[in-house]
Amino acid sequence: MNTTSTRAFYLAGLRDGAPFLLVVVPFGFLFGVAGTEAGLSIAQVMGFSVAVIAGAAQFAALQMLQDNAPTVIAVVTALAVNLRMAMYSASLAPHLGGAPLWQRALAAYVLVDQVYAASVARYETTPAMTLPQKLAFYFGTATPLVPVWYGATWAGARAGEAIPPSLALDFVVPITFLALVGPMLRTLAHLAAAATSVAAMLALSALPYNSGLLLASVLAMIVGARIELWQTRRPVMRDAA
Amino acid sequence: MSMTPAHIWLVIVLVALGTWLIRFSFLGLIGGRQLPPWLLRHLRYTPVAVLPGLVAPLVLWPEATGGAPDPARLLAAGATVAVGAITRNVPAAILAGAGTLFVMLRLAG
Repeated sequence: MNTTSTRAFYLAGLRDGAPFLLVVVPFGFLFGVAGTEAGLSIAQVMGFSVAVIAGAAQFAALQMLQDNAPTVIAVVTALAVNLRMAMYSASLAPHLGGAPLWQRALAAYVLVDQVYAASVARYETTPAMTLPQKLAFYFGTATPLVPVWYGATWAGARAGEAIPPSLALDFVVPITFLALVGPMLRTLAHLAAAATSVAAMLALSALPYNSGLLLASVLAMIVGARIELWQTRRPVMRDAA
Repeated sequence: MSMTPAHIWLVIVLVALGTWLIRFSFLGLIGGRQLPPWLLRHLRYTPVAVLPGLVAPLVLWPEATGGAPDPARLLAAGATVAVGAITRNVPAAILAGAGTLFVMLRLAG
């Protein structure tokens, strides 16, 4: 009885994860293409996709490598892109925190945007789920996404070797990033953070060791957080007055 | 480009380890402690704070044109952001940007 329902939740996870293949396939493929174009070997491209599984951070690291940024700057910039995952980890902890250590370690490995989004949505709509059911659902969403991510990267890396330079592949990285940014511009605070990031980066681009981006990012985070705070506090103050 | 294999692998290993530690951070803590609200508020803006700054120089001063601003690439970037913001669909935005760039470069000859 219990195993049946766990199995049902695993299958439900598979179903909820599958639509995200539409994002994972082109993104993985493009990383493969961009990595090969940048001069990485297939093993290195696959190393990124298997060990990191975070497209945006992988593209950031790749760009930093091409810019000859120092190792520390390249790593810190790529990790800055992934800081949002600390937020995911914190919000999943109440749901999965009771699992054995090895399962939490594995859950952390596959904690990508899509797995997080699908799982948290289900935990909210079905609050009565038990820990095994939650874990089954979580790993269900990851099951189609992770292997396909590897495969799409590999296909892109193979294709990248054959694509002629006239196709302007230098622009794969900017287009992929901008495509990720577009949907994020959903509030004034997000818009202001993005604008700050661009303006500060252009103003600071001459700073040594590619450190301008890190400074611009910190500034942009502060602007976003400030505006959010200002927008949520204003109505309260008006009520008080 | 002076990327040595050892340097590339070092970056891969460090980014992989760091990413896993970020993902494991709160799942790893026993008792599921909560993040302070001010920290959450800043973390919410990390992607939108890092990615636009990362691409801005690539869009404005592309290496392929020797750093000169290029109308085809600027238009393609604009189309990507616009379609992404309106449809909230990442593949659609990628297609819009790539399509615009392809057509513009063809027109430019």
